[in-house]
Amino acid sequence: MVIGGLAALIFTSTGWPDVKETFFSAQAFRTSFPDILDGFWLDVKMFLAVEVIVLILGLVIALIRTSRLPALFPIRLLAAVYCDLFRGVPVILLVYLFGFGIPALQLAGVPTDPIILACFALSLAYSAYVAEVYRAGIASVHQAQTDAALATGLTPLQALRFVVLPQAIRRVRPPLLNDFISLQKDVALVSVLGIQEAFRIAQIDSQSTFNYTPLIAAALLYLAVTIPMARVLDHITARGEVNA
Amino acid sequence: MSAPVLEITGVTKSFGDRPVLDGIDLAVDEHQAVALIGASGSGKSTLLRCIDLLVEIDDGDIFLDGEVITDPSVDPVAVRRRLGFVFQAFNLFPHMTALENVVLGAVRAQKVGRPEAGERGRDLLQRFGLAGREDDRPDQLSGGQQQRVALARAFAGRPRALLLDEVTSALDPELVGEVLEVVRDLKQEGVTMIIATHEMSFAREVADTVAFLDQGRIVERDTPDRVLDDPQQPETRQFLRRLLEAGRV
Ligand SMILES: Nc1ncnc2c1ncn2[C@@H]1O[C@H](COP(=O)(O)OP(=O)(O)OP(=O)(O)O)[C@@H](O)[C@H]1O
Ligand SMILES: [Mg+2]
Repeated sequence: MVIGGLAALIFTSTGWPDVKETFFSAQAFRTSFPDILDGFWLDVKMFLAVEVIVLILGLVIALIRTSRLPALFPIRLLAAVYCDLFRGVPVILLVYLFGFGIPALQLAGVPTDPIILACFALSLAYSAYVAEVYRAGIASVHQAQTDAALATGLTPLQALRFVVLPQAIRRVRPPLLNDFISLQKDVALVSVLGIQEAFRIAQIDSQSTFNYTPLIAAALLYLAVTIPMARVLDHITARGEVNA
Repeated sequence: MSAPVLEITGVTKSFGDRPVLDGIDLAVDEHQAVALIGASGSGKSTLLRCIDLLVEIDDGDIFLDGEVITDPSVDPVAVRRRLGFVFQAFNLFPHMTALENVVLGAVRAQKVGRPEAGERGRDLLQRFGLAGREDDRPDQLSGGQQQRVALARAFAGRPRALLLDEVTSALDPELVGEVLEVVRDLKQEGVTMIIATHEMSFAREVADTVAFLDQGRIVERDTPDRVLDDPQQPETRQFLRRLLEAGRV
């Protein structure tokens, strides 16, 4: 009802014909779409690379932060500081700092490719978020499970590997997937370094033609990935509720 | 005569500044069952957890087959592999099937091959009345069935002794019998065990010795008939009178 009313309001407005031409031009869509799709593949590749790194690095950091070994205290402190810092700074700022700051340092052997630096920034930012998600999951598995695993003759590491982590990860799948939907969108932030990904290409196209349709084309591509992810998330969440 | 399977000498344990075990001495000979009775909070669970090295003791020694196990140089994992523990709240692994729960220790700790471990696990589940339930997850099983899976899990590694911590007190009354039946069966097979329990009739039936724990001390220890029918210590008498009044004997 509300949506229908809004749609009616938009389609009958005096400005609609102009908006239709500048945002939804079939002609502009056809000419810009192939380039934007090309750029979107770069987004997808960066997303996949960063996601793999984040899943592993986030888990490692969570394990460090939850371990109680006294010997790990300095590393534990470091991990806590890292999480606070990288969760507390806007992702776009990290991308800027890494993309422009690291090349400026002119360090030997450090990559200067903006794509790599941008992925580095995204990985560090999202690992900090995901580490906290994992950590909450690990904390939610009751100590009695560890006791039972130890009593069964498992080593503390085996107890973690076979008893605590499988339960923890199962529980945090919904928030993890949520973070990955955010990541898929935040990949567009690397455009601030001039990387030719979907949003950047669409932006250039629209500025040169004074037509915003390329941006709509880019938006549709993002939705084509994030909406299926959201449905998978719903599915997992629903199943989790049935099991609980 | 050979050394007792378990021997506990002068064990103390405090949580913060609250003493929970206050100089425990107890020995369990091979094929013997000792029932630990005592009020809630008297330290039964803590004592069992200390024996399985899940809780570190402050003082004293615990010996398994004559070897000290509470020395810092002893590997607790190796000790736990020679003991079995059953928890009051079952503590099954919810993400595994009944059979996986039972074979996890064999596969990961004892490094037995999966086929062999699986076969032994199936046999054990069948023996405990769980044939056909091997592939069910804990949440598909009744409390009594879960606790029997937990007993199978604890017994799968053929431990030198079983430590049973109130294995029936989380169960509905009608499910208690099937679990006690399994314990009875293990006792008949000659399994050495320490049984913390609130079931006095069961202690009388299965145990060779009853030890009454009061505020972290073993106040009285004797045959079930003597402790339960003719207690010598005032604390034991009071405990039993309270149970009688609550209708729990
Ligand atoms: N991890 C712990 N930290 C602090 N106090 C504890 C801990 N575990 C047990 N206690 C305390 O130690 C005392 C003995 O507890 P324990 O669980 O051994 O008693 P219990 O005889 O098994 O009682 P119940 O019959 O209720 O199971 C209690 O006062 C309890 O609160
Ligand atoms: Mg207890």
